[in-house]
Amino acid sequence: MNRFDYVRAGTVAEAVQAYGAGARFIAGGTNLIDLMKYDVEKPGRLIDITRLPLDGIEEHDGGLRLGALATNAKVAYDERVAAQYPLLRNAILAGASAQLRNAASTGGNLLQRTRCYYFYDTATPCNKREPGTGCPAIGGVNRIHAIFGASESCIATHPSDMCVALAALEATVRVSGPGGERTIPFADFHRLPGNTPEQDTNLAPGEIVVSVDLPESRFPQHYTYLKLRDRLSYAFALVSVAAGVELDGDTIKTARLALGGVAHKPWRNRAAEALLEGKPATRDSFQQAADLIVSEAEPQSANGFKIDLARRAIVRGLEQAAAGTPQSLSDKRIQ
Amino acid sequence: MLLEKSPPVRADTGLDITLTINGQRRELTVTPWTTLLDLLRERLDLTGTKKGCDHGQCGACTVLVNGTRVNACLTLAVMKDGAEITTVEGLAGLGDRGGSNALHPIQEAFIEHDAFQCGYCTPGQLCSSVGLMNEGHAHSREEIREAMSGNICRCGAYTNIVDAIEDVMQGAAR
Repeated sequence: MNRFDYVRAGTVAEAVQAYGAGARFIAGGTNLIDLMKYDVEKPGRLIDITRLPLDGIEEHDGGLRLGALATNAKVAYDERVAAQYPLLRNAILAGASAQLRNAASTGGNLLQRTRCYYFYDTATPCNKREPGTGCPAIGGVNRIHAIFGASESCIATHPSDMCVALAALEATVRVSGPGGERTIPFADFHRLPGNTPEQDTNLAPGEIVVSVDLPESRFPQHYTYLKLRDRLSYAFALVSVAAGVELDGDTIKTARLALGGVAHKPWRNRAAEALLEGKPATRDSFQQAADLIVSEAEPQSANGFKIDLARRAIVRGLEQAAAGTPQSLSDKRIQ
Repeated sequence: MLLEKSPPVRADTGLDITLTINGQRRELTVTPWTTLLDLLRERLDLTGTKKGCDHGQCGACTVLVNGTRVNACLTLAVMKDGAEITTVEGLAGLGDRGGSNALHPIQEAFIEHDAFQCGYCTPGQLCSSVGLMNEGHAHSREEIREAMSGNICRCGAYTNIVDAIEDVMQGAAR
């Protein structure tokens, strides 16, 4: 690990003021410290924001405001989250380990970096780590990489489970920085790689996440987080599906669907969501939506399997959501 | 608290922090890049906590910070200024009701159920088990297995580890 200055901020303003080129904010540290051990991140200064008063979970505007420093465990086990946003709870608990969830923060979860092997290996080129050096994942070992929205510069995926649920729940991210405070719709928070894959998000330099705001609960019963991976626990998603539906009898009133493990950001397809509205909640409807979504998929050399996996996961996820039988967190059989 | 606000401190000389480790208050000077794991093992001779992967993947370094289980390898010591740390060396103290320094019930249960082979992951498994019971979210055997998935055992003692945890949880419920 490189050497760095350490600043402990007492207020958001102090934290923002301490920021400069090469500085990093640190909260849980579960991703940043790991990246520092690999010399992927070499900050000149760490600004410790863990003492800021941002760890609360409050009712706000008909929904919930999750403080940026509320740990993943605190959010997942909050009674209001469990009752009103079980999709978020299940997504969080499908990710990482108990130890990591006890440390990792809400804001940090949004800002975690890809687990692309080449990004992590400083002996190889990587456009995300060192812009302009190339992307050996293209044509290389890319079993875990993107099938949606990739570019010639970068085919990495965003690793978060929590963010997939937040995309489906249409959360809002509140940030504070040198230019003051602003809010960013969740769909606009993360970016596609384009030709600037070094930028994961639309945060400006020196901005920090203050809270993640959830709108009024719409899917307390009809939801699922279905995560498919190489082992049953403590592994990143190959494909995951966050689904929430509102039903009127057997007819779908609204559907929200986001996919994880398949793109540089949680992947939504609004045309597929619109297609489901007014349709009967049947396997046939779900297959039409799944076909529409995967029609845009573009496989890499070794991840073509993800397309069929995604199609089937979407159908199964929508079935689980419509039936009100979400994927179990401990019994891993997929019903 | 030493560094309550800006300006930043150049850390070449180290930062003064206070930690209560296994009930003992320690005033320490640490460089900011020192992990809690390295502090425990290399400076304080508390080598019960193990370094496995050093990347938060194996759980061998699991300790309790203010009663909550975390990976000590992904924790900067300076960020835990003021915290109470419990390592495997302190578990007996936690379970000590009568001043006899008896083992913690989970340690007794690991022996009873033969819940280890080589023993390298055991300190992390023990601290993680105590953390799991403090959390109180796991009840069934399946939930215990899921909640212990951050602790890898390459000897494959998982079945007996779950037996040991279940045994202590049932004992506590009786």
